[in-house]
Amino acid sequence: MSTPHLEESAGFDRQTIDYIQRASASGLYEIRGLGAKRRVPNFDDLLFLAASLSRYPLEGYRERCSTKTVLGTRFASRPIELAIPITIAGMSFGALSARVKEALGRAATEVGTSTTTGDGGMTSEERDSSKTLVYQCLPSRYGFNPDDVRRADAIEIVIGQGAKPGGGGMLLGQKVNPRVARMRTLPEGVDQRSASRHPDWTGPDDLVIKIKELREITDWEKPIYVKVGATRVFNDVKLAVHAGADVIVVDGMQGGTAATQTVFIEHVGIPTLAALRQAVDALEDLNMRGTVQLVISGGIRSGADVAKALAMGADAVAIGQGVLFSLGCNSDTYISGGEHRSAVEDYARIGAAPGFCHHCHTGKCPVGVTTQDPVLELRLEPAVGAKRLKNYLKTLNMEMTTIARACGKQDVHHLEREDLVALTVEAAAMARLPLAGTSWIPGS
Amino acid sequence: MANIEAAREPCAMANSLEFDLSKDSLRDLNLFLHRDAHRSGVTEVVVNHPDGAHSIACGMNSPTNIQIHGHVGYYVAGMNKHASVTVHGNAGPGAAENMMSGRVHIRGFASTAAGASAHGGLLVIDGDASLRCGISLKGGDIVVGGSVGSFSAFMAQAGRIVICGDAEDALGDSLYEAVIYVRGEVRSLGADARFEPMTDADRKVVAQLLALAGMSFDPAEFKRVASAKSLYHWHADADQEY
Ligand SMILES: Cc1cc2nc3c(=O)[nH]c(=O)nc-3n(C[C@H](O)[C@H](O)[C@H](O)COP(=O)(O)O)c2cc1C
Ligand code: SF4
Repeated sequence: MSTPHLEESAGFDRQTIDYIQRASASGLYEIRGLGAKRRVPNFDDLLFLAASLSRYPLEGYRERCSTKTVLGTRFASRPIELAIPITIAGMSFGALSARVKEALGRAATEVGTSTTTGDGGMTSEERDSSKTLVYQCLPSRYGFNPDDVRRADAIEIVIGQGAKPGGGGMLLGQKVNPRVARMRTLPEGVDQRSASRHPDWTGPDDLVIKIKELREITDWEKPIYVKVGATRVFNDVKLAVHAGADVIVVDGMQGGTAATQTVFIEHVGIPTLAALRQAVDALEDLNMRGTVQLVISGGIRSGADVAKALAMGADAVAIGQGVLFSLGCNSDTYISGGEHRSAVEDYARIGAAPGFCHHCHTGKCPVGVTTQDPVLELRLEPAVGAKRLKNYLKTLNMEMTTIARACGKQDVHHLEREDLVALTVEAAAMARLPLAGTSWIPGS
Repeated sequence: MANIEAAREPCAMANSLEFDLSKDSLRDLNLFLHRDAHRSGVTEVVVNHPDGAHSIACGMNSPTNIQIHGHVGYYVAGMNKHASVTVHGNAGPGAAENMMSGRVHIRGFASTAAGASAHGGLLVIDGDASLRCGISLKGGDIVVGGSVGSFSAFMAQAGRIVICGDAEDALGDSLYEAVIYVRGEVRSLGADARFEPMTDADRKVVAQLLALAGMSFDPAEFKRVASAKSLYHWHADADQEY
């Protein structure tokens, strides 16, 4: 018998064929959680030029390197003061359980950073556990109310998310349990699609007035953030500045989600690296760097990523998926009563496996992170989650300051573009940094 | 604040205070309403010369009676809780947006998104309301003496809207559990909205809301619009092109 000649098509590979066949069987697009899986230019494509003869390093283990971060200094009388420039991104109660919300608040408070509510309102668990809590004002306005506006430390107006710029939220019926339904004023078990446009304002000129209203309601005390999904970032950042934002959050295409159409996650928006450079350019163009703070998110994983984001001009980062992974997402075990217990069979039950799971939308999270199921949610113990997340955030901070010290900076906010080079032509073009070993910046 | 105190005239009624927005600032007015109105025992605040200012009396958290004489801009009584706010004039976009409780009465016309996302309370509009009246409504009640513009009650989740005049296109698009009562013509219904028979309970609700709004139409003249609920769950045969 001769060896069969098996040649896989590049255009119609097995994955594509599987996609077409699933579409044909179901008549519905795929919905999933987490972020883009395709490789896009990212912070791994940048490198630091540390100190040597032409620059002077700090003693790595002895000299102080400040990480203090202040957000919202433009108009708010009570800006947000954080011990580190690494914040927890907005993730909804509904997507996450109340126990996870509590874990996030506890960890954030212990390391001196902020956490953020999400599309589904503020829970008492997160308010009580978070010293600094940013309250999202989303198009859906689920659970949005003036008491929580007054209880919040800052307000974040969400225009879009990196995983789905231009799209609204989504929460499938299995996660709309009685408490979630009550908080969102929805029937239990409904496949909830939230609006993509705010109900009471339309263009950027309206946003000016909306922001002023929120300032009037909060007596000009609280910083107002504006969050955009990364698309036309240069223009959007300028418009957000014009609208009166204190802080602008730019979320790149790699940003995570709890549930969105795959076609959206993989095909809409621009990478975080490109978005960050555009955002910084916009602020510099308006001479607003330092006046309006910039938070970048979307695919931030390590202290190196944070350091690079700061060097490119961000004031802080926000993390979503990294937080989930820290709590045990995609791990083969969960921790219960101090013991690791296998979750492998539960992954298999939802058609996933540790390392490959993106099934947050199902509500059947095998490690108890993105679930409302009364049994599964017990798999995440708030104290254990908080400890792990605190460790993760501390590690990121230590990595970031290691790099900052090596670059000779006494303050992580002194990291600058001049400290960076690019490893690939794409990254050099997007970040507008010289290709390593050259002075060549594509396009300039 | 001190100079404002001096400039402001006590009204004829002992516990009534007047602000004149041609002289006093909006900030001072709202700060007084948030911090001092209730504490100082003032039960009525009269606002003159609003001249289209935005965000008048937004963020109220006390049962103060606020009378605004003239036209107002965006977000009058936004996020209102407990207060009773009357605008003797027209209102710009987002009147009583996200109201939680209390009562907001627009004596004239209201622009777009009146009562958007209101969780509670009663919004009365004597004249017409523009596009997206009651959009995203979450439990508040709205009574419109005139007609409403297109996409009114879009994605409205809970609460009731009584429209004494006509409704433009796409009324009740993607409705959840809110119910709409219309007296006049409906140019078109939005996706998933449908007419349903009026029951005695519906007529009672309409009568009550009309009475609260001070309007005297016959509840028997109203039609009920509610959700067909065909978009509540995803399935391949549901029309996703709505
Ligand atoms: C489970 C989950 C839920 C989310 N929910 C919200 C939300 O309610 N509102 C929002 O603005 N962004 C939401 N996001 C996006 C995050 O705020 C953030 O933009 C994103 O996670 C950042 O990218 P990263 O996940 O790669 O760190 C969510 C993300 C995740 C992973
Ligand atoms: S393990 Fe849980 S949180 Fe992680 S992708 Fe799967 S369902 Fe989502």
